[in-house]
Amino acid sequence: MDGNSADAALTRQHWLDKSFYWVTASFAGLVLVLLVSILISLFVGGWQALTTFGPGFVVTDAWNPVSEEFGALVPIYGTLASSIIALAIAVPISLGIALFLTELAPDWLRRPVGTAIELLAAIPSIIYGMWGLFVFAPVLSEHVQPWLQDTFGDWAVIGALFQGPPIGIGMLPAGIILAIMIIPFIAAIMRDVFLTTPKFVKESAYAMGATTWEVVRHVVLPHTRVAVTGGIFLGLGRALGETMAVTFVIGNTHRLSVSLFEPGNSIASTLANEFTEAVGDLHTSSLIALGLVLFLITFVVLSIAKLLLMRLETKGGGRG
Amino acid sequence: MRHSVRLKRILTAGLLAGALSACAAEAANINGAGATFPYPIYAKWAEAYKQQTGTGMNYQSIGSGGGIKQIIAQTVDFGASDAPLSVEDLEKNGLMQFPMVMGGVVPVINVPGVNPGELKLTGALLADIYLGKIAQWNDAAIAKLNPGVKLPDQKITVVARSDGSGTTFIFTHYLSKVSPEWKEKVGNKTSVAWPTGVGGKGNEGVASYVQRIKGGIGYVEYAYALQNKMNYAMLQNRMGKFVKPDADSFKAAAANADWAGTPGFNLMLTDQPGAGSWPITGATFILMHKQQRDPATAAEALKFFDWAYRKGNKLADALHYVPMPASVVTLVEKAWAQQIRDTKGNPVWTGKLVQK
Repeated sequence: MDGNSADAALTRQHWLDKSFYWVTASFAGLVLVLLVSILISLFVGGWQALTTFGPGFVVTDAWNPVSEEFGALVPIYGTLASSIIALAIAVPISLGIALFLTELAPDWLRRPVGTAIELLAAIPSIIYGMWGLFVFAPVLSEHVQPWLQDTFGDWAVIGALFQGPPIGIGMLPAGIILAIMIIPFIAAIMRDVFLTTPKFVKESAYAMGATTWEVVRHVVLPHTRVAVTGGIFLGLGRALGETMAVTFVIGNTHRLSVSLFEPGNSIASTLANEFTEAVGDLHTSSLIALGLVLFLITFVVLSIAKLLLMRLETKGGGRG
Repeated sequence: MRHSVRLKRILTAGLLAGALSACAAEAANINGAGATFPYPIYAKWAEAYKQQTGTGMNYQSIGSGGGIKQIIAQTVDFGASDAPLSVEDLEKNGLMQFPMVMGGVVPVINVPGVNPGELKLTGALLADIYLGKIAQWNDAAIAKLNPGVKLPDQKITVVARSDGSGTTFIFTHYLSKVSPEWKEKVGNKTSVAWPTGVGGKGNEGVASYVQRIKGGIGYVEYAYALQNKMNYAMLQNRMGKFVKPDADSFKAAAANADWAGTPGFNLMLTDQPGAGSWPITGATFILMHKQQRDPATAAEALKFFDWAYRKGNKLADALHYVPMPASVVTLVEKAWAQQIRDTKGNPVWTGKLVQK
């Protein structure tokens, strides 16, 4: 090859590289542009509600389309409460699943069980909702809720959580359905991060006579604590935005109640319920403002999750 | 199942008609959007009309609120709403409206030991139940109305529509008429702040909640109560008579309504006079622009509505809707001729288009 054609090839490759860089960068940039424009349009759409009600919008519990008073407190509370119930149930179960799969299960069992759990995540949420309403709610209202009421109903503080009609529809069923939906996510992440614990550290602990629980408690969990928290937050992010499954069982009522048996509402189900027939600009605007609130809540939660998961990566800890 | 069969039929009909009309010289299409309540009958009419005339009608059931927004934005040829617009709103947006078809709203119950149609309620009692003031099925006020009916010692669980809907509009309109307390505390709209109970999404959501919850009471469109074989309550109408919900009592309510004396057809059929009238009856409305930029399509739309008024009754009956009485149709078509114009000011609807 003579020098000239080699130069030409280099220049061509240089330009190809450059244009390839810019094309892919513009695709990636598109996502950011989308994110920002969604945020802006939520702001613009919700502006009327935000200016009418001011900061009081997020702490008012009124939601009255007739008198056009709107406050986001009930849906915000419902979103957070149902998600927290979901986490309270899903985290211990996911932890158990992940520990079993990484530390205890025989090798031939790990892959099928792991795959089955991942498949759970692929079931459409509306299926969970229908199952919740037609199969799970009757069981809950006939067997579980009366038992809870009989057992804890008279207790001083906890008793307040179990008041109201045992109809199988409300905050508790919503939380349980959400828990079932986020278990696969949290369990899968926990399993993956548990696997990052260096083998030699674990084996050293076993060699010193530690039990499986002691290894988990003192070696695996401390090593993966941050990432496990990140996984939990990722599950929380999914629970916060879940719409259809929650709409089926939460009871869709704009009332604030301590009881887990009483119906409530979440931001996502309020939007799904009311958007089509919202008559009047202020009602529509309030719904968009609700969407903005949900956007901000999930954005914060997912940012925390990402930060925590990133800290694991920077800390190193390669697979042993 | 029924849906999928119907869907298949609509699809095949659509394909066939599509193939036919592709050969025909002109293939007109009417576009509408709005209320979900009349969607089944509009779809049925559209299917039959396409087979007969080749003119297609696309209807998107996006909700009354959406229908009003779309027709104001002129993205559709007509909008549909379950709640009539006020005369001021019509004037402001250059719209006219007319009633298309009627239906009834039925209180459905799940009370162990009470047979269908056995329970009698008054409007005021229904309002008190929905206000949460009467919370037990064996409450003295209910027992007094229902001597001989074994009412259980069961808590009442109120079920309402959680999504905004024309059914809720009709139901709360009735409660506001019969209960001053309801009118003051809750009011009348497509969605309201319910004082008590749980919310189900759609008619099917309310129906399944009521069927599931012992002691439940809800309100659904008549067709849903019928299809799900639900237990319903009789209601006392304005003349003090207890009536049961069926096509006859809906028609009686419509017959006694004063459409001629109501400007802009802005009339709700709740609590109408007449011994046989079902008190929670309502019409669903079509909205069109008074000044038509595309008079040809507008004329096609009016032709379709005229056909539905005259030839669509059987289909409406089959789906448990109530057709408009002939006297009202005459009024509506007179309003078309007077109010809907093209850009030059000529009427779009001339009697000549009437298909005999």
